[in-house]
Amino acid sequence: MSARRLAPAAQQPANASLSSDALDKIATWTRKYPEGRQRSALIPALWIAQKDAGGWLPEAILRAVGDRLGMAYIRVYEVATFYTMFNLAPVGEFHIQLCGTTPCWLRGSDALKDVLARRVGPQNTVSADGKFSWLEVECLGACANAPMMQLSTDVDEDPYYEDLTAESLDAILDDLAAGKMPERGPQNGRINSAPEGGPLTLNSKDLYKAAKKLTKLPNQSKKVALTRHADDPKEKRATKGGAASAAAENKPFAAKPKRATQAADEKISKPKLLYTDGPTDGTPDDLKKIKGIGPKFEGDLNAKGIYYYRQIAAWKVKDVKAVEAVMEKFPGRIARDEWVKQAKALAKAAS
Amino acid sequence: MVQLLKDEDRIFKNLYGTQDWGLDGARQRGAWEGTGAMLEQGRDWIIDQVKASGLRGRGGAGFPTGLKWSFMPKEVGERPHYLVVNADESEPGTCKDREMMRHDPHLLIEGCLIASFAMQAHAAYIYLRGEYTFERQRLQAAVEQAYAAGLIGKNACGSGWDFDVYVHHGAGAYICGEETALLESLEGKKGQPRLKPPFPANSGLYGCPTTVNNVESIAVVPTILRKGAEWFSSFGRDNNKGTKVFSISGHVNKPCNVEEALSIPLKTLIETHAGGVRGGWDNLKAIIPGGSSVPLLPKEICDTVLMDFDALREHQSGLGTAAVIVMDNSTDIVKAIARLSYFYKHESCGQCTPCREGTGWMWRVMERMVRGEAEIGEIDMLLDVTKQVEGHTICALGDAAAWPIQGLIRHFRHEIEDRINLYRSSRPVFVQAAE
Repeated sequence: MSARRLAPAAQQPANASLSSDALDKIATWTRKYPEGRQRSALIPALWIAQKDAGGWLPEAILRAVGDRLGMAYIRVYEVATFYTMFNLAPVGEFHIQLCGTTPCWLRGSDALKDVLARRVGPQNTVSADGKFSWLEVECLGACANAPMMQLSTDVDEDPYYEDLTAESLDAILDDLAAGKMPERGPQNGRINSAPEGGPLTLNSKDLYKAAKKLTKLPNQSKKVALTRHADDPKEKRATKGGAASAAAENKPFAAKPKRATQAADEKISKPKLLYTDGPTDGTPDDLKKIKGIGPKFEGDLNAKGIYYYRQIAAWKVKDVKAVEAVMEKFPGRIARDEWVKQAKALAKAAS
Repeated sequence: MVQLLKDEDRIFKNLYGTQDWGLDGARQRGAWEGTGAMLEQGRDWIIDQVKASGLRGRGGAGFPTGLKWSFMPKEVGERPHYLVVNADESEPGTCKDREMMRHDPHLLIEGCLIASFAMQAHAAYIYLRGEYTFERQRLQAAVEQAYAAGLIGKNACGSGWDFDVYVHHGAGAYICGEETALLESLEGKKGQPRLKPPFPANSGLYGCPTTVNNVESIAVVPTILRKGAEWFSSFGRDNNKGTKVFSISGHVNKPCNVEEALSIPLKTLIETHAGGVRGGWDNLKAIIPGGSSVPLLPKEICDTVLMDFDALREHQSGLGTAAVIVMDNSTDIVKAIARLSYFYKHESCGQCTPCREGTGWMWRVMERMVRGEAEIGEIDMLLDVTKQVEGHTICALGDAAAWPIQGLIRHFRHEIEDRINLYRSSRPVFVQAAE
């Protein structure tokens, strides 16, 4: 086993407390467990606290979590020192966990360690500019995409970077140093864990045509009408909106424009949700003025048909979710950076 | 000629994430169809069908899933029943559950409903490893879709059964893949395995009857019920039925995950789906066929062995999680196993002395073997220690640490000996002068 201890007193901040945002998130977790079992939320709570406290867990924060969950501090210390994802000492803004277990080692993780040692320094120390730190960790469960690493930043999702080489790792470090977030996933153009060069199975097109409807269950013991369930009013409502997008495969956005146009017809002043034919309503706004949107995000948003502040300003919670689902990264970021609020202000200033 | 699995017989049709992962896409691929009708057939029907399909647990031990479900109390007493899904995938070499959770999450959620209904559980917890942050968010999004569509929640699928799914996560501890350690962790404690008995079916999560199943075991159930138990059992040899997602990593030309029928020859699996061994089949040195815990197999056995529970056990190895780690002739095989020894040393929870002390001891000796800086007699001593760790701990981590070393000594003792001899021959020998 590995002995892990809290950081020495000299490194502990004098004051540290949890933000109200973190406390809210912890409260959501405690509701998942039966009455009297709120302690179950400890690991997720520590994870939230770690993100909140800048990537590591000072003792004051551990105590704050213990107070929040009504637990003895020692029980919190026990858990924080047992699980290796809890950092007990400060880490860099970008904390890299490189897998070094046999499947990654077989495919060259030693060369990656050399790159990190050269560019960042020894393990468990933060680089002079405070930006980077790294650590060799045990199997991260992406062995078919070895060698790989995980990157921790201040956002909720810690992306995996897979199929690395010394060159691609160098490029990732360059990007991060320049303030750019590199694209996560395989770095050699592979589709997830499909073989390089494209899937060898699951290629037949018929596979994804609407499956033949079941008329009866095989081996059924009693006769049951299979349609009953589909008539459920709740069910009907759910499938109605979904039918169009099902046809458009993997384009959850495809179903939206129709609804958006309808809305626009009713009330001319309302902006369209999406401009699928390009920015047809005047010069596009500079979305980069919204904090949290860089050139990459702006390009992504434009590609989806989003060009104007007023479009973003009109987003409801479900729209934000839909956008996040399509962007497939940094979930929660739109809310945290308050894009909608910023867009409202910018739209107002522009008009 | 081996009959390969046809695309339409693959359960995970979005394994590579090329299609929509959401509810609409999942429905198009057949998920959530007839789920309500399955529940109406009753608990016994579901359990009987799963038993008849021959499904054996996909998390490593290969225990028959239907039988496991039937261990739960028949009547619900004062304590509620729980289903806990083990998504703490961390066995080195294994990366299959991840694909299911991020690309086909609805199959898992549907399976949770069916399995929970069969065991009279109103709640299921899915415990993901902490590192799977993206998979966790994806799964959570899928759960919310299922709630919104009335598929789970109150009156799930119109069956009258209330059912909740909760996504939970760990924080980086291999040991939490052991079912009782997972329960401890889910209760907010250190992940240290519990003594059995009592088994989780009697006293599991919060002291209530609980069944812990692997992601794949649960996610294949809806499709088995939809297509029929005999469809599933038409694949593979007797006692080794069904399809299985294999993770192929290491020295192959195209590492990948792929779903195939059980009992496929190992050589066919690698040559058909993973682009063959780097440098050709003859460049193969050894393969770990089922995740890091199982003993490796040398090329002679790999030439003909079938990938199923029984065939691999005959060769003193195991199917485990079906994670195939390939090593070609360029591999320092002693170092490869020593790295695994380090892994087990790092991941031991520290509860039982043979494992806490033994894993560290075995790793240190293995490191000396890598350099050749050891005595020939120490090979047998190491083997003896592995036997003393094996079977003398609460959970199987001690066994898992011992087996790879036993496999190495069984098949590659000559390599360790050569290395020791080489090391000694390159050093001056001190002989005590005769008086």
